[in-house]
Amino acid sequence: MSSPILQVRDLRVDYATSAGPAEAVAGVSFDLAQGEFLAVVGESGCGKTTLLFAIAQLLNHPASLVSGSVHFDGVDLTTLSPEELRQHRWRDFSVVMQSAMNALNPTLSIGAQLADACRAHTDWDHERIELRSAEVLAMVSIDPVHLQSYPFQLSGGMRQRAMIAMALLLEPKLVIMDEPTSALDVVAQRSLMRQVETLRQRLGFSVIFVTHDMSVVSHFSDRLAVMYAGEVVEVGATREVFDSPRHPYTQGLMEAFPSLLGERRELTGIAGTPPSLVSPPSGCLFAPRCAHAMDVCREGRPELLDIATHATRCYLVNPVVRP
Amino acid sequence: MSPALLQVRDLSRHFRVGGFRSRGVLHATDEVTFEVAPSEIVALVGESGSGKSTIARVLAGLYPPTSGSVEFEGVLQGRRASRTVRGRMPMVFQDPFGSINPVLRVSHSLLRTLKLHRPELDRGERHAEAVVLLERVGLSPGAQVLTRFPHELSGGQRQRLGFAQALASRPSLILADEPVSMLDVSIRIGLLNVMRELRDAEGVSLLYITHDLASARYVADRMIVLYAGRIVEEGRTEEVIVSPRHPYTQLLLSSAPDPRLPLVAVEGGEDLGEPPKVIDPGPGCRFAPRCPLAMDQCLVATPPMIQLSPTNRAACFAVTP
Repeated sequence: MSSPILQVRDLRVDYATSAGPAEAVAGVSFDLAQGEFLAVVGESGCGKTTLLFAIAQLLNHPASLVSGSVHFDGVDLTTLSPEELRQHRWRDFSVVMQSAMNALNPTLSIGAQLADACRAHTDWDHERIELRSAEVLAMVSIDPVHLQSYPFQLSGGMRQRAMIAMALLLEPKLVIMDEPTSALDVVAQRSLMRQVETLRQRLGFSVIFVTHDMSVVSHFSDRLAVMYAGEVVEVGATREVFDSPRHPYTQGLMEAFPSLLGERRELTGIAGTPPSLVSPPSGCLFAPRCAHAMDVCREGRPELLDIATHATRCYLVNPVVRP
Repeated sequence: MSPALLQVRDLSRHFRVGGFRSRGVLHATDEVTFEVAPSEIVALVGESGSGKSTIARVLAGLYPPTSGSVEFEGVLQGRRASRTVRGRMPMVFQDPFGSINPVLRVSHSLLRTLKLHRPELDRGERHAEAVVLLERVGLSPGAQVLTRFPHELSGGQRQRLGFAQALASRPSLILADEPVSMLDVSIRIGLLNVMRELRDAEGVSLLYITHDLASARYVADRMIVLYAGRIVEEGRTEEVIVSPRHPYTQLLLSSAPDPRLPLVAVEGGEDLGEPPKVIDPGPGCRFAPRCPLAMDQCLVATPPMIQLSPTNRAACFAVTP
């Protein structure tokens, strides 16, 4: 296997609050291979968006990076100056923001906004910019006549696809997407996911895809990381995590959404709410909500342990390693 | 069959849009006809812009209908809903953060509803009733929750409070407009279970408005699928899910993400369709531009509702009983 394009090591992010620092990302580590599709799922407030921002070095006060490194293509992004980062952004990695459909400037045409990104990061001439803009729009199945259109003239799905086109302008090696489909209808969502998948296979970029709805990525991602209260609690091949979830939280999530198939049966969801990040429980962060919690779970924080490329942070799964 | 609790006949609601040069009429809902029986959950399913919220808002008396009639509990409704009707048919809104006054305690909104709609209760009884209501929707201990401010409650708890508030006026039908779409997956099911309990234990009917087919299947007895303001298919939930007849319902079902499906089953059914034209729509079926089965007549005439089975109907020329 080729060396990973992205190596995240022990990333920690704190939010300054009046009650003290809240640890939103609590020591996250993972590798991403070239061309790989990693999905990050979790509930609101579990730190998934903060994790993306930390990777892309977009954190703003009150969030701050406490420790950890983000090696992208051999360079540690956490050590770069803003100008050096600017060189990498868009050309090497791009970010599609949450509710990207509202991230377009309503007073500029789509073409002007695409040209803006090109001019900021390349020295292309006018023709080349126009050619490339038309090309990327066609890639996401938008007719290039819409280069002249303003965002309000496009539907939500088209605006979202235009944002993805913009992210692909300079052929980055990594595209980071933060809930790009959450504002879309199921039909538009499905076709957007398909398009991302087709483009990824054709162009070979890697994807980190954050969502709260794990069913969206179930058929598209290679690997799935489940986050809870700032930690990755389970990570493995998507199919494997879906078919045999090991962490009680993942199991709870799988039991929490109704299906269109099979028997109609009673579901329970997960009782309780996520813990406070300012004063987290001393043991496993999920223990207060966990039906299987043992004494040891309340005493020590379990490690994320890898068993045959499927890693889980739980004493039930890794009974040998105890504090 | 018992007489219907709610009968909606040919309900349309249009909005005038645009400036003086580009004036148009937006057909939010057109000639919608359906019924809700006592202790029944009916799901109104559709994409955004399909007119599902407009129907709820007309029923709640927030907009008068452009045409058509609404009969509730055997009484034909006027242009504005009376307080009694609003109490018998309250609404729970989508956004649990925007629909509760943030500067007042939980007790304020709940006791006020009781005071308005249950004038027979005295102060002490109102308080006791409020506690009972909160515990019925799973907010316990009720007495403690009463003293909280909205910001002390999570999104799921707020939405439960929304249902408690709706229950306070002793409703026969609750209009629930996307009550769970803003909640986290792990919390949604709890609220859907509350809705089922209300039906089973209290005999309350619910009109559950959603874009999520799987949750509609989980709670609803019957399902109405809307497209661009018109009903395209209607029937018993299981029948609609297992054998959808209208091409739009089929598209919707094949687009719904479900990790339990094998990968092969999700291939095909490619659709890059755009939302339908609801401003000054022409004649013909509104789904026709996206429809794989579209024929010439679909472009010129509105397909009638065809009875497919004793319980199910679909509006499509390509469908035969």
